[in-house]
Amino acid sequence: MTIAQMDGREIHVDQEGFVTEYDDWDPDLADLLATNIGLELTRRHREVLEFLRQDYRQQGETPTLRRVTAVGGFPTRELFRLFPKKPAKKMSYVAGLPKPVGCV
Amino acid sequence: MNERRLVILGGGTAGTMVANRLHRELRDWTVVVVDRDDEHHYQPGYLFVPFGTYEPQDLVRSRRKFLDDAVEVVYAEVDRVDPEASMVHLQGGRELGYDQLIIATGTHPDPGETPGMLGSGWNDTVFDLYTLDGARRLADALESWTGGRLVVQVCEMPIKCPVAALEFAFLADAHLRRTGRRSATELVYVTPLDGAFTKPIASRELGTKLAERDIELEADFMVDVIDEDRRVIVSYDEREVPYDLLVTVPVNRGAAFVGRSGLGDELDHVRVDPATMQSTAAGNIFAIGDAANLPTSKAGSVAHFAVDVFVDNFLDHVAGRRMDREFDGHANCFIETGDGKAMMIDFNYHTQPLSGAYPLPGVGPFRLLEESRINHAGKLAFRWLYWHMLLPGRPLPLASEMSMRGKVPEEVNA
Ligand SMILES: Cc1cc2nc3c(=O)[nH]c(=O)nc-3n(C[C@H](O)[C@H](O)[C@H](O)COP(=O)(O)OP(=O)(O)OC[C@H]3O[C@@H](n4cnc5c(N)ncnc54)[C@H](O)[C@@H]3O)c2cc1C
Repeated sequence: MTIAQMDGREIHVDQEGFVTEYDDWDPDLADLLATNIGLELTRRHREVLEFLRQDYRQQGETPTLRRVTAVGGFPTRELFRLFPKKPAKKMSYVAGLPKPVGCV
Repeated sequence: MNERRLVILGGGTAGTMVANRLHRELRDWTVVVVDRDDEHHYQPGYLFVPFGTYEPQDLVRSRRKFLDDAVEVVYAEVDRVDPEASMVHLQGGRELGYDQLIIATGTHPDPGETPGMLGSGWNDTVFDLYTLDGARRLADALESWTGGRLVVQVCEMPIKCPVAALEFAFLADAHLRRTGRRSATELVYVTPLDGAFTKPIASRELGTKLAERDIELEADFMVDVIDEDRRVIVSYDEREVPYDLLVTVPVNRGAAFVGRSGLGDELDHVRVDPATMQSTAAGNIFAIGDAANLPTSKAGSVAHFAVDVFVDNFLDHVAGRRMDREFDGHANCFIETGDGKAMMIDFNYHTQPLSGAYPLPGVGPFRLLEESRINHAGKLAFRWLYWHMLLPGRPLPLASEMSMRGKVPEEVNA
């Protein structure tokens, strides 16, 4: 666990830079995290992030790509367009959530 | 009668182990196992069928024979569980009430889940490695193979035995070399993961093994459709991988009744507490083996370690005591690398596969994350252990909790 200075405040992150404290996150931080991986957030990105955050709060774990499609209603192809190459990893990174498990 | 009834759905690896172990402990209970048929397959053997090492009849036994006589067996397809009424509905209308229920119906390949997979090329140029039938047909296709692009592909995680496809690629490389067809073959390994395996050190080691064998790695590839007329697989981000022969691991799904009963996740794997394997929806329902959505590998070895912990907990649970053992996700897999050698990995929820020796520090005899002949011998010996030790529920001299003894920590390794 490390502390990173971002957005003018202290953010808890893991070795790979994923935010580890749910409450450290806010929409401004999302913009910053997105910039780190070369993304610029649109309204549609934010809708996806919203779903991830809310689902995490209810389920206690980061939803898989399949769940974001099945339950959140975002087509997989669109997720690949919004978060190119590695949507599962990128979405959770920008949403300030742990990497989804299940990839084992 | 105050006799209590334990119903176990699924009489495969996990269901058989747990039935045999529990009926010995729960003397005044009725133990019932439900399965759709009497064919118990040794699934790890499928991997060797395409190369003629095993014939199908080497891998199939009667389920009944491996269940203690006192265990009742019902042959039927499970249709639905009603957790509120503690009732199992079987197809054909029969009902089976329970005091405690264990779901051990595993996970299975679902080729219909990927558009195009069941098209014109199915069982002709596209083969499923995860069924005995698919493996057998693949044996014929390999026999007449003269060269071209042989693509080995995993659709989506999680799958059971996450290394089997990789092993197939290694074995195919060795097999084609031995039979003089390797230079005419382009071998490609396609995975939705960002490397050869999920965890970094093993991914690096296995990635090196692929490169050494001139097997191309196509990572981060989530298949959208298979176009069997053009013979290409297409990813969601519109990359295309052409093939002449495609060996695929379809999306793996739990039994459909799990979803219908409101007990599962998006892939019909039962939602459970990862430490106790108790359903998050009902206190008298548990899931073991591949059927559960545990964040560890789906493998027979994992089921074995999990059952050790589970049995102790379950006995506490039915006696009204707290369950105080916690499963750590211990997984232990041999990985065939061809030419009579194999690697081994040992890990759990928290510790990724490391190098070293197993089970005895410094001694082994198995080497972790290294190729050796003894590892391969271990893999082949596993078939005997499976039928004669694992299924009957005899103790193996291996600890259910993963141990750091004998492992080389990451820092030292780096
Ligand atoms: C190619 C391949 C290679 C593998 N290699 C290895 C290896 O090297 N090492 C290792 O440890 N593991 C390996 N595995 C994985 C291992 O076989 C499984 O993890 C293990 O069998 C899981 O046991 P289980 O009891 O959970 O499920 P299974 O053994 O699959 O049993 C599930 C049972 O439930 C029954 N069932 C399902 N649905 C219903 C229903 N609706 N009604 C009635 N009955 C139903 C089925 O008939 C089946 O008997 C491999 C698997 C494959 C496919």
